[in-house]
Amino acid sequence: MERELRLMKGNEAVAEAAIRAGADGYFGYPITPQSEILEYLMEAKPYETTGMVVLQAESELAAINMVYGGAACGKKVMTTSSSPGISLKQEGITYIAGAELPCLIVNVVRGGPGLGTIQPAQSDYFQAVKGGGHGDYHLIVLAPASVQEMADFVELGFDLAFRYRNPVMILSDGAIGQMMEKVYLNPHRERSKDVPEWATTGKPPTRSRNIITSLDLDPEAQERFNLKLVAKYNEIREKEVRYEEFQCDDADYLLVAYGTSARVCQKSVQLARMEGIRVGLLRPITLFPFPSERISVLADRVKGILSVEMSAGQMVEDVLLAVNGKVTVKHYGRMGGMIPTPEEVVENLRSKIIGG
Amino acid sequence: MAEVTGIKEIIKPENLVYKRTGIMTDTVLSYCPGCGHGTAHRILAELIEEEGLQSKAIGVSPVGCSVLLYNFLDIDWQEAAHGRAPAVATAIKRLLPDRFVFTYQGDGDLAAIGTAETIHACNRGENFLIIFINNGIYGMTGGQMAPTTIPGMKSSTSPFGRDVRMMGNPLKMTDIVATLPGTYYVTRQSVHTPANVKKTKRALRKAIQYQFHNKGTCFVEIVSNCPSGWKMTPVESIRWMEENMLPFYPLGDMKVPDEKTGK
Amino acid sequence: MTEEIIIAGFGGQGVLSMGKIMAYAGVLQDMEVSWMPSYGPEMRGGTANVIVILSTERISSPIIRRFDTGIILNQQSLDKFEGSIKPGGVLVYDGNGISRHPVRNDISIYRIDATEEAARLNSPKTFNMIILGGFLEIKPVLSVENVVNGLKKSLPERHHRLIPENAKALQRGGEMMREVLRIREQDK
Repeated sequence: MERELRLMKGNEAVAEAAIRAGADGYFGYPITPQSEILEYLMEAKPYETTGMVVLQAESELAAINMVYGGAACGKKVMTTSSSPGISLKQEGITYIAGAELPCLIVNVVRGGPGLGTIQPAQSDYFQAVKGGGHGDYHLIVLAPASVQEMADFVELGFDLAFRYRNPVMILSDGAIGQMMEKVYLNPHRERSKDVPEWATTGKPPTRSRNIITSLDLDPEAQERFNLKLVAKYNEIREKEVRYEEFQCDDADYLLVAYGTSARVCQKSVQLARMEGIRVGLLRPITLFPFPSERISVLADRVKGILSVEMSAGQMVEDVLLAVNGKVTVKHYGRMGGMIPTPEEVVENLRSKIIGG
Repeated sequence: MAEVTGIKEIIKPENLVYKRTGIMTDTVLSYCPGCGHGTAHRILAELIEEEGLQSKAIGVSPVGCSVLLYNFLDIDWQEAAHGRAPAVATAIKRLLPDRFVFTYQGDGDLAAIGTAETIHACNRGENFLIIFINNGIYGMTGGQMAPTTIPGMKSSTSPFGRDVRMMGNPLKMTDIVATLPGTYYVTRQSVHTPANVKKTKRALRKAIQYQFHNKGTCFVEIVSNCPSGWKMTPVESIRWMEENMLPFYPLGDMKVPDEKTGK
Repeated sequence: MTEEIIIAGFGGQGVLSMGKIMAYAGVLQDMEVSWMPSYGPEMRGGTANVIVILSTERISSPIIRRFDTGIILNQQSLDKFEGSIKPGGVLVYDGNGISRHPVRNDISIYRIDATEEAARLNSPKTFNMIILGGFLEIKPVLSVENVVNGLKKSLPERHHRLIPENAKALQRGGEMMREVLRIREQDK
């Protein structure tokens, strides 16, 4: 399979990958640091080539509800935004989860709370992984650490979304969205002509009517539905855990970090090893499902774990649950748009874990 | 002994004056006696059948009394979040442009929480039909003040009547969308008398047919009553509607396409 | 080989585009590259910087605080980044508008009066290419030919007529740096 080499921003890679993945529709609203996605699509005019619909909505609320409408037609649809916009989309996201609709949502995270900053952060982990909107539900959450993965996870995200009839979120951040790297792009995939049997496309005489809703006024029926969701999430936990290990084989200490922080930590591993500290990095690629089992196995072998995030300490809670008290787990993070330096991480590994 | 006509002899096709439309399901309507929703549903069902659109129709139901509308009409449905039906319908129609797409929304849904979605869909000229049921009150949640509650009208959250200085003015969404370049056909009707039912059906038929002109949004308001929310008998509520609602919300077309130019 | 570079100056000076051209040239040379810009509400006049990493290996962190090379185009950036250059590293700066000059003696410092030269050549917008040409004379991590090809990749088609002018500026930067080095050699 011939893959085309380009130098692109993470945001541009998402847009180009969406066209190539055969997406049917994109609905967005401008917000820094991800506006390049909508700009790229408007410039590329896929509606003239693949027929992909691209629409700038009047708000994030409208955009996510357009995604609902398109997804309910069985179409491959997506939206993108950044933290404050994703908060607005939470209403639609819980309805989409409740109606079991497939779709792709990209969050190019910036620091909060509130308007916060436009600089990169990882402070939306809880929102992405633990629910975000109301009700018991999960998104499948993919955490890219490169421009290449920004592109690759678009196609993967759509595939997972349709396999499980579940919304998928790419949890990125401003750094990955704005930076340029080499990216190998997949060839164009035809837009699918398959119509899922549950999709609302107009009722032919050959089937009964399809209804897309998240409402059931009968509590017993609603509980049955909740249990069905639980079973689905358990299947996802069983089959879809993805992670990457970096020099973990002989590690005395372990860093756990995703996305931009994982890139920083790769360098920290190199720096620490130059000083003779044997440290490895586990990078969760899926944040839901979280690689808890693998972390638990590694916890049996290392003396301590440092969870590194651009937040006040969110993912560290999942690391703690996975480790379950076997070794010391500490958090190191920067916030407000600050990115930890590789040196800082090594210092904190030394002070919080090795010396601690 | 006089000859008694057997019931079976009466039931003959030539004696049929009224029948259930095939598009209505057997589900019992959840509306209060005397409510206008049932009539509006029935007209819509008849039209979908008469226009042969069952296999093309995708409806979007709102949050409000008609939240369960998808149980009553035998077509494909999507249930939207409160107020978001026009955004949902926008995507459906853009992705499936040859389908017949409509939203069915109450006044709280369309004129309060969904104001932005309504105005922007109409302003973009999305090619779908919006059916707007205006009964001046939040029915489902128990009769609270709506954006359409008329001045002085009592509700559970305006128990002494709507005081516009304190609570603001009612919003005439239909008048507003009629001014937008994206709308193609805008009308206000009612279903409280047989004559009005006929007029509304004519208006809705036009709106349905116009959708396939691809010239913009069609918007049909139906002024309706809410006996439970208004705390009246059905008959009283009809009278009250005629005396109070209709002077404030006069019936008639607000924007009609030029039959010659089609614009 | 890994070269970690910070380019910093005013927005509108071509800081980000200089980095972009280098990144494109790196791709053409089959290197791994990353281009990590500062981004913000300021489009023109504010400070702008970009971290460019060129490497023959997989790049770990695209965000770093210590650099092999600083290419510095204004006083604020010089104040901010002089201390971030690794000992033994390189600092290239444009003397235009600089009143506090760099003082470190554990790095190699080169001044190129590119703004002045670009004005003299009646081509003020190409001053960033003069600086880049100067840098490549000291550290030939990219070939000038690939940089010109990088220009073609990063410039929209409608601006391709500007390429010869920019190529000339690159050459001129190289000449100026050779002159700087020659004088330095004489002074020894």
